[in-house]
Amino acid sequence: MFSSLRRILAVFLKELIQMRRDRMTIGMILAIPIMQLVMFGYAINGDPRNLPTVLRVHEHSVFSRSLITALENTRYFRIVASTTSEARASTMLANGEAAFVLTVPAGFSRAILRGERPSVLLEADASDPAASANAVSALQQLPASVFQQDLKDAGITLPPSAPPFDIVVQRRYNPEGVTALNIVPGLIGVILTMTMTLVTSMAVVKEFERGTMENLLAMPAKPHEVMFGKILPYVLLGYAQVVIIFAAARFLFDVPMAGSYSGLLLIVGIFIAANLSVGFTLSTLATNQAQAMQMTMFFFLPSILLSGFMFPFRGMPNWAQWIGEVLPITHFLRLVRAIMLKGTPIAEMADELWALLAFTAVMWVVAMLRYRRTLD
Amino acid sequence: MTTVYAIDVKGLTKRFGNKTVVDQFALQVPKGQVWGFLGPNGSGKTTTIRMLCGLLRPDAGEGTCLGLDILHEGGLIKRQVGYMTQKFSFYEDLSIRENLEFVARLYELKDQRIAVDQSLAELGLTQRQRQLAGQLSGGWKQRLALAACVLHKPALLLLDEPTAGVDPQARRDFWEKIHLLAGDGITVLVSTHYMDEAERCDRIVYLAYGQILAQGTIAEVIKASGLHTYIVSGGDIRGLARALHGQEGVTQVSVFGTTLHVCGVDREALDRAVAPYRAWPGTTWTVAEASLEDVFIHLMAPFRDRIQG
Ligand SMILES: Nc1ncnc2c1ncn2[C@@H]1O[C@H](COP(=O)(O)OP(=O)(O)OP(=O)(O)O)[C@@H](O)[C@H]1O
Ligand SMILES: [Mg+2]
Repeated sequence: MFSSLRRILAVFLKELIQMRRDRMTIGMILAIPIMQLVMFGYAINGDPRNLPTVLRVHEHSVFSRSLITALENTRYFRIVASTTSEARASTMLANGEAAFVLTVPAGFSRAILRGERPSVLLEADASDPAASANAVSALQQLPASVFQQDLKDAGITLPPSAPPFDIVVQRRYNPEGVTALNIVPGLIGVILTMTMTLVTSMAVVKEFERGTMENLLAMPAKPHEVMFGKILPYVLLGYAQVVIIFAAARFLFDVPMAGSYSGLLLIVGIFIAANLSVGFTLSTLATNQAQAMQMTMFFFLPSILLSGFMFPFRGMPNWAQWIGEVLPITHFLRLVRAIMLKGTPIAEMADELWALLAFTAVMWVVAMLRYRRTLD
Repeated sequence: MTTVYAIDVKGLTKRFGNKTVVDQFALQVPKGQVWGFLGPNGSGKTTTIRMLCGLLRPDAGEGTCLGLDILHEGGLIKRQVGYMTQKFSFYEDLSIRENLEFVARLYELKDQRIAVDQSLAELGLTQRQRQLAGQLSGGWKQRLALAACVLHKPALLLLDEPTAGVDPQARRDFWEKIHLLAGDGITVLVSTHYMDEAERCDRIVYLAYGQILAQGTIAEVIKASGLHTYIVSGGDIRGLARALHGQEGVTQVSVFGTTLHVCGVDREALDRAVAPYRAWPGTTWTVAEASLEDVFIHLMAPFRDRIQG
């Protein structure tokens, strides 16, 4: 046990010295967060449909039924639950099970019939403004037309100038709908994915390319010792990146921090481990640094395109969502956005956390099995 | 398990694709001896050494190193073996001292600082310890590599062409050190292309195309070759070499500066072949024992049409 730790330390110190001497890589790793933050200042708007919606209907009437039918007909909303409990609806919004909560007040139809123009409340999860924007504007078309037939059937004519009810939209978590608020936490995931995977895969392949692996293998270091020792310095580097991004998030983009830092650091740690194990696995497949680079890109592209970073996750076709679910960054993004923007406690996001841990564990096992103990 | 052999293997075979690089290799090296490992380029020396220290998995064969099973106890073997690779494989972006420290830590040496300091002093590199290993000249890299692979006081040293590109003085120091270590009971298997180094070994093993063609003391190997040699000096030996070349009974003719070596397997056939030339103007002919190099070239002859990289 202790001798294992001592050998891990040996590899760690060696790697640390080598890392420190490689100014280019360090510079790149620290500059990338800043570059990307600037580049991704703008977001790309998707048009996701079938967004999960929770209904809180306090009145069951012709009007509420028509409204719900019309809501579903817009194809932007998919009703996933119906509840009268405000707490339950809020939780679902906070942990991402629902993107919207629609509340129809009691006495809705009576108020309409009396021409009092009652309000329907739509609470939207605006932490990803691009995802909710189109749905919100589709909903705002409804009041003018949705009850025409019902009112005619009831023999009532209201003044044509104003719609019979209002929709009040409440954007939760990101009231101004600022894209940067969504992008910046996402960038933590993207930057860590890219740099962590790349540096580890290179660090291992380099040993083979320079021939130093022959020596390392001839000495009494076990695979997991080499792996831990090599990975640790990059974990430190990963945290350095996170600090840079946080500083930028605070001072350049005014991104709030609603949740706990300790929860965030924990998740960042697991996520870094996940990416390092991917890097290590890639390094066992590649025979030179150029190949390691290509493979990293191969992993990186779906990570930005299919994770919900670039395009709203719910706007993607099913097959793309399935791929996305496998990628660690997808779960990481959900966790980080929930923690930073919504202040959701980690305990409520247990599923995402487990998914992240499971991915990491599987990758570590694959990496260990694939690590070459001989030169064959 | 105690054994008198530091290396005791048999049937070792290694294939790359469908090419058999080492074929049924068997070797028994007693503890405390220095054995030379010779053979032409591509004959499988490096491959054999790598199998001995667990870097390559043999396709067939079995055996022990220091009494430990090479197939299953590789981890334990690694702690007691010092392997010096043919190509420099320490970290060029670490300093001399950092490389030694890394090795000392991996082997969990006690008193690491002292061990490293001592090693640097012996190397004569104390002044340059902060220099990057990549900036050392080729010969100095070899010397650093040797120092690093004996740092943990191994019981068996596997050295793959340790003196390639090293100057004569350093080579002499190096061999002195090898014999000093052997005196302490360390076993050494050292591959080399230098004849004078072969002569410094207790025994030699000659490998060609993955098979052992000869082994024993120098005298034994020369005797076993059955080679007869004339050494000719004086006169126009280059012209004589041209004339003798390809004569029946003459297997090799080669010029060594002012002398000419003429060899043959069959004494009578050789005498018959050289008889017409013994009166070549200005030459003196002496019967001599074949040199080791003559023997190796002779051993290689049957394979000369086989090209191997
Ligand atoms: N990893 C490998 N894959 C395929 N072929 C290999 C590999 N390593 C060695 N060989 C082949 O095995 C043969 C023996 O190589 P080896 O390096 O053992 O020779 P050597 O005796 O050490 O030669 P030298 O004196 O040039 O160092 C060569 O033909 C070489 O091409
Ligand atoms: Mg070799």
